[in-house]
Amino acid sequence: MFSTSFTWNDFLFLLEGAWVTLQLTTWAILLGTVAGLLFGLMRALLPRASLPLAWVLDVFRSVPLLIQFVLFNSLKSIVGLNISAFTVGCIVLGVYAAAYFTEIVRSGVLAVPFTTRRASRSLGLSYLQDLRYIVLPIAMRVAFPGWLNLVLSVMKDTALVMWIGIVELLRASQIVVTRIQEPMLVLCIAGLIYYVMSLVVARLGARLEKRWQEND
Amino acid sequence: MIEIDNVHKSFGDLEVVKGVSLTVNKGEVVSIIGGSGSGKSTLLMCINGLEPIQKGHIRVDGIEVHDRATNLNHLRQKIGIVFQQWNAFPHLTVLENVMLAPRKVLGKSKAEAEALAVQQLTHVGLGDKLKAFPGKLSGGQQQRMAIARALAMSPDYMLFDEATSALDPQLVGEVLDTMRMLAEDGMTMVLVTHEIRFARDVSDRVAFFRNGLVHEIGSPDQVIGNPVHAETAAFLKSVK
Ligand SMILES: Nc1ncnc2c1ncn2[C@@H]1O[C@H](COP(=O)(O)OP(=O)(O)O)[C@@H](O)[C@H]1O
Ligand SMILES: [Mg+2]
Repeated sequence: MFSTSFTWNDFLFLLEGAWVTLQLTTWAILLGTVAGLLFGLMRALLPRASLPLAWVLDVFRSVPLLIQFVLFNSLKSIVGLNISAFTVGCIVLGVYAAAYFTEIVRSGVLAVPFTTRRASRSLGLSYLQDLRYIVLPIAMRVAFPGWLNLVLSVMKDTALVMWIGIVELLRASQIVVTRIQEPMLVLCIAGLIYYVMSLVVARLGARLEKRWQEND
Repeated sequence: MIEIDNVHKSFGDLEVVKGVSLTVNKGEVVSIIGGSGSGKSTLLMCINGLEPIQKGHIRVDGIEVHDRATNLNHLRQKIGIVFQQWNAFPHLTVLENVMLAPRKVLGKSKAEAEALAVQQLTHVGLGDKLKAFPGKLSGGQQQRMAIARALAMSPDYMLFDEATSALDPQLVGEVLDTMRMLAEDGMTMVLVTHEIRFARDVSDRVAFFRNGLVHEIGSPDQVIGNPVHAETAAFLKSVK
């Protein structure tokens, strides 16, 4: 018969970790989406003026996240910034997501044909009206799958915040493993929780995407 | 009235319109024919300020199009333009495509804009496609939608840039019929076209463009039936 020391309390402990993972993901994606949208528009519409921005974002996309977490966390101590590790995690992940989302938005905006924009301007729409009613909605549909991928990958990348002392889902499962010494079972359960969270996001996204695709 | 007065237009070092003068009177239909690259599309886009010019004047109802003080968004409300590529807004239904500018530019209410759009779409024979998305329509239907979209702004002028050139041959007729209907309603139109027979039928005057200049202009019967210049005759022969 199968016997285990994994208790209901351990499971609740994992769920608490999962809750931290979800919160980190949500804040990071929120920050990344707002900043990425703004930066992406700047990159697409003012490519020259925003070139320095591109260089900075390149750094965030190229340096491994783990290094960014640790560096930012140390920097925080050095300059005496009084913020929690959780906030550090959100900011670093958020900036990282913003750096990726900027490129996604930029290519979405550039995917809107010049002739489509000219047609809307010819009807008397102003530059901003063209952006709002034509460019952004079309770009959004182009960028959405990339954004969804980003959400899923950020959700997994949150696991790296354990290195700055945050107990999220993966760290929580490690703690349980250390205590009950049943790594296979615990990691399977943790993996399943990740899977379910991703599945929900992916399903919601797919539904939205399908509604748009029916239009094309 | 559209007054084009000694207009020069360059893209970088390349001068493509080299001093064109042409007046289009109220209610007149003027066709522009000519070889590819002769500057026809460029001139059309200068008329509603989609392209800047380097020299000369364009006045529409006395308003200087290329004056810095001119509000182009405002001016464009009375100049409709239909392009070779119909440029549907893919994320909006046929009805929404046509409603957008009346609502956002003219500030009409939703109900008003909808009534207007339905009327225009019915007029071009798309009354049964209101809720369809453009991607589901044929090229000819999309082009007719583009015409309705321009007409919904109640323009005083309509510009057509080879509106049928990108269409399959069997779809050309329906779009030409729509344009003919418009001409018969008294719309002031400038049409760039390769449909010589159509141009001869509907135009009051025909201008033959060559090398960024009006090479020959006159009545359709004269320019198409009995051209003065050898180049005009050669062009006409080449498109027949
Ligand atoms: N946006 C542009 N940039 C540079 N050159 C252009 C542009 N648009 C048109 N041209 C050039 O201007 C010339 C005239 O083009 P166009 O007005 O489209 O001719 P047509 O409509 O008579 O075929 C062509 O040589 C074309 O390559
Ligand atoms: Mg052309």
